[in-house]
Amino acid sequence: MKRLNAMSRTSRVNFLTYALVIAAFVVLQALSMGGGLSATLQGQLVPVCAYVVMALSLNLTVGVLGELSLGHAGFMSVGAFSGAVAASALQGVIPASGVRLALAMLIGAVFAGIVGTLISVPVLRLNGDYLAIVTLAFGQIIKSIIENLYVGVDGSGLHFSFLKPTVTLEQGGRMILNGPMGIPNIEKISTFLAGFLLILITLVIIFNLVNSRSGRAIMALRDNRIAAESVGINVTKYKMMAFVTSAALAGAAGALFSLGQNTIVAAKFDFNTSILILVYVVLGGQGNMWGSIVAASFLTILPESDAMRGLRDYRMLVYAIVLILVMLATNSPAIKGLFGQILDRTRSKKGGNTP
Amino acid sequence: MVTFLTNLINGISLGSVYAIIALGYTMVYGIAKMLNFAHGDVIMVGAYICFFAVSTYELPPLLGVILAMAVCTALGIVIERLAYKPLRQAPSLAVLITAIGVSYFLQNGAQLLWSSNNKMFPTFIKGDALVLFDGQLHVSRTTLVTVIVCVVIMLVLTWFTGQTKMGKAMRACSEDKGAAQLMGINVDTTISVTFAIGSALAAIAGVLYMSSYPILVPTTGSMPGIKAFTAAVFGGIGSIPGAFLGGLLLGIIEIFAGAYISTQLANAIVFAVLIVVLLVKPTGLLGKQIREKV
Repeated sequence: MKRLNAMSRTSRVNFLTYALVIAAFVVLQALSMGGGLSATLQGQLVPVCAYVVMALSLNLTVGVLGELSLGHAGFMSVGAFSGAVAASALQGVIPASGVRLALAMLIGAVFAGIVGTLISVPVLRLNGDYLAIVTLAFGQIIKSIIENLYVGVDGSGLHFSFLKPTVTLEQGGRMILNGPMGIPNIEKISTFLAGFLLILITLVIIFNLVNSRSGRAIMALRDNRIAAESVGINVTKYKMMAFVTSAALAGAAGALFSLGQNTIVAAKFDFNTSILILVYVVLGGQGNMWGSIVAASFLTILPESDAMRGLRDYRMLVYAIVLILVMLATNSPAIKGLFGQILDRTRSKKGGNTP
Repeated sequence: MVTFLTNLINGISLGSVYAIIALGYTMVYGIAKMLNFAHGDVIMVGAYICFFAVSTYELPPLLGVILAMAVCTALGIVIERLAYKPLRQAPSLAVLITAIGVSYFLQNGAQLLWSSNNKMFPTFIKGDALVLFDGQLHVSRTTLVTVIVCVVIMLVLTWFTGQTKMGKAMRACSEDKGAAQLMGINVDTTISVTFAIGSALAAIAGVLYMSSYPILVPTTGSMPGIKAFTAAVFGGIGSIPGAFLGGLLLGIIEIFAGAYISTQLANAIVFAVLIVVLLVKPTGLLGKQIREKV
């Protein structure tokens, strides 16, 4: 405890975030081993990890870089499909599923990173709402492209075709990706442990980036671009650094997510998914990593939980109302003032320093 | 040549609908500086109201449209007062998420009230098609009505924002809210009126969209909503002629891309064109370039 107090505020928050994740993992793993989790909740463990990583990576763009992205699901999609294709193609080569999963996530991250780099060139020339709409447009384009992509595998390697399912395969070959039908019969190799490790790796990457010289440059750009530029910060370089890191992490999350599903289709990663992840980030607090983790896991489980299932048809309506009320409560000056008064009163009762 | 003209006419028809929706986006953005994501769902509500008025209660179509406009106007004002007004000073992302919440609320409310089953929207714009070039080119009555309505709305709005007192108040508010208030303009009322007009337009757009694409479900509004939002940005968000131009161009590009390049990639091509335009003109076709001052 003494050491905890001696640390700077940032490293204390980071330390507590790691502790939170590890504690949550240990508790959930124990519950899951002991059969304390319902089947639905058990099935949610891997998607929750994927969405947590998605929220963390989007928080890097929205919270740390300060640019609104409405196409984050596009990177998840790239990672999901490249990862699932890789895992399926390598089925015979690498029998160990853990190694295959790690490789699939790496491939997902690399592909999403490449797409992120390509996209960042036009995207980062724009500002504000215009940047947001271009990320939305890219999300839609990625979806359309994957919906028209056909991939098959046979003895001589992978075969691709675009728009028409004209992949010709040798004897014993099979189709992996079937355009709009997506990838069926995925071998579920994602585990909760892998998801947990991915969250830890993501946290290490983000915290190290944010607390480095580059991270401070990125935050300086967010706070005042012109001032940052005038002291010699390379705008494109640092913006790109944050954007591409965010895309690559989303790709890894996509691979984790897809390998925990039976089938995936491109339509799953649409505009609504991008928005859902943005909701996690904003509710958790921009730039606040543990907030993203809590918001993403809570909001993924909430609509599936038994309490909400009791509401049946009304659950999405309740979700919408909760979302609006939380935004009003945390941002409306009237309600904020009310909270402030209550807080002051309790403080003065305790005899604190507040006048 | 005839195919080309047919495609062009279809494009203008679709583009007119986008333009009407985009006008709602652009007016609200111009004055409240917020992206009203719930706008697409107001379209859906308008379409449902008109659907029930005409097919269940067998009201005359025109009355159905007016009823839909009235309900949407009221809905727009209520949404603005309850959800957006308390957040006038909040960061734009908070307002954006609230708008998304409203959008979810409307979609799921519609699903509960009216179920998620497909409903076939009745064709009530009846009449013979206009036949040109010795019967080679048919222009349906729906297309004619859509285009005429769009042009009329455009002219009325231009007159309204340019000449009337309320229109001038709107322009003043969009330029500088603080100064407008000092000149005695009631900013809250002005913003409410903007939302009311935008929502009434959404109702009209909903009915017109349904006349061409008659399958009605609770998520009907989201895709035209996104497209129209794109159209508004395409033309330069905040600019009324920009929304009109952007909507028309987007509709034409979408139909042409589908007809001449690939149906599956039509959406991707629309968005690719948008990206190229924004790269050349970063504030849209008719948007004002605002200099950043240090």
